[in-house]
Amino acid sequence: MSIRVENITYVYGGGTPYEKTALSGVDLTIEKGEFVGIIGHTGSGKSTLIQHLNGLIHPTEGRVLVDGVDLAGKSREAAAKRHTVGMVFQYPEQQLFEETVAQDIAFGPRNLGCSEEEVDARVHEAMSFVGLDYETYAGRSPFRLSGGQMRRVAIAGVIAMKPDFLILDEPSAGLDPVGRREIFSQIRKWYEEGAFSVILVSHNMDDIAKLATRLLVMNHGRCILDGDPMDIFLHHREELEAAGVDVPPLTKTLLYLKGRGIPVPERAVACEEAANALAKTLKGGKSC
Amino acid sequence: MLTDITLGQYYPGNSFLHRMDPRAKILCTMIFIVAIFLANSLWSYLLVTAFILASIAVSGVPVKMVAKAVKPLWIILVFTLLIHVLTTPGTPLVSFGWFSISEEGVRNGILMTLRLVYLIAFSSLLTYTTSPIVLTDGIEALLTPWKRVGVPAHELAMMMTIALRFIPTLLEETDRIMKAQSSRGADFTTGNLWQRAKSMVPLLVPLFISAFRRADDLATAMEARCYRGGEGRTKMHQLLYTWRDGAAFAAVAVVTAALAGMRWFL
Repeated sequence: MSIRVENITYVYGGGTPYEKTALSGVDLTIEKGEFVGIIGHTGSGKSTLIQHLNGLIHPTEGRVLVDGVDLAGKSREAAAKRHTVGMVFQYPEQQLFEETVAQDIAFGPRNLGCSEEEVDARVHEAMSFVGLDYETYAGRSPFRLSGGQMRRVAIAGVIAMKPDFLILDEPSAGLDPVGRREIFSQIRKWYEEGAFSVILVSHNMDDIAKLATRLLVMNHGRCILDGDPMDIFLHHREELEAAGVDVPPLTKTLLYLKGRGIPVPERAVACEEAANALAKTLKGGKSC
Repeated sequence: MLTDITLGQYYPGNSFLHRMDPRAKILCTMIFIVAIFLANSLWSYLLVTAFILASIAVSGVPVKMVAKAVKPLWIILVFTLLIHVLTTPGTPLVSFGWFSISEEGVRNGILMTLRLVYLIAFSSLLTYTTSPIVLTDGIEALLTPWKRVGVPAHELAMMMTIALRFIPTLLEETDRIMKAQSSRGADFTTGNLWQRAKSMVPLLVPLFISAFRRADDLATAMEARCYRGGEGRTKMHQLLYTWRDGAAFAAVAVVTAALAGMRWFL
């Protein structure tokens, strides 16, 4: 299973004075099992790219294939493939509309034409997936929940579609620190359970460093870097800065210390890991 | 997609017409539209045509765009033409049994339709060369003298400004919610009327919620900046008449006088 993006170009408002090329010549393949992080400053084409991945918009030039099926097609097969790529937009709680949590989550599976038993099973499954207790929340109005809970309901609504790929656009935007930690530990858990591949768009380099197995850096509608996140953070700092993004604060600190001649594990992604190693060096070595 | 809709169809540019004062543009447009109805002879129509073509040339707006503004009204144009052609009595040109087409009918029909085309084309120039916000400013300034007789000029202008400000935002939001719901398998385009109306619920509920939230936020933000209505309020962009406006008024006056002269003295 894979998403194949074949040399796509996308132009907004073609033929008007407002014409703008949002993507030019993006070519990549996302395999099942990958955790892809996408970074880039505002307007670099991230959102346009992810909307292509489940056929919400179609490229001006080029093709997007999911398992070899062109998403721009009108066939039933293309529609089915579009639904194997789930999309969680920014502030997804703003799309809630039903009277109860359970009904809102059931919206997707019902549209897929699932039987009532199947819909019910999926709602149960999706709610336990995002850590919402069915008995407590199923009958409540989604509009009476807290921000973090609303977001979980919205994510559950996408998960109930049983996608193979899950795209998340800034899933932690506007949440408090506890909320963000919860969301990210959930995402990590789902990914490690192998439920689906994850494509994560984020401005937070820390999260990307901790989670992603592959990193795409977007700038001016092009994908300028593609590879292991740590390799990119360690060896392509100039390109990253030119693209308007930064390396994670932890990596930055460790690189600085290394530059001062202090031996540190610069590939560390967790603060604890780095702190322990640093403490060891400081105690074991000569005092500085 | 939805966000491609360009509101008020402003065509950015820096021409003579773009740089004119909006008040002058609105007044000139109104005067000239009345003047178009004075035209009743071949020569006067040629003068109107020449003036409109010259205005389009000066504005830098492509003729194609002006034609696009006229196109949506083709039904009305065809209707006008037919009514005149079929109902005007006079020297018969051709007749089919119970109805006949007269020479006067054809002539009147063509002239009336042409008048409408000119009217739409010329007023489209106003909206092509004036951004909606500037246009609102102009309308407010023109309505201000009528405050004494109870026209709420500032309030009307503020309402228009807010509406104009939020239309693109709401369109963007609609687009986003539509996309979010379609990735959950929603279908907004097929089915009968009832099914389609029902499929709008997942779109309209979130849209209303967010519109109300935005209205609330805006009210708070305006209050926080001590907004208390139009009394004694100054403007960031003062409207100023320049030589351009004088020249435009003069041109419109000359053309109007010429048209009036042709109508009554020739």
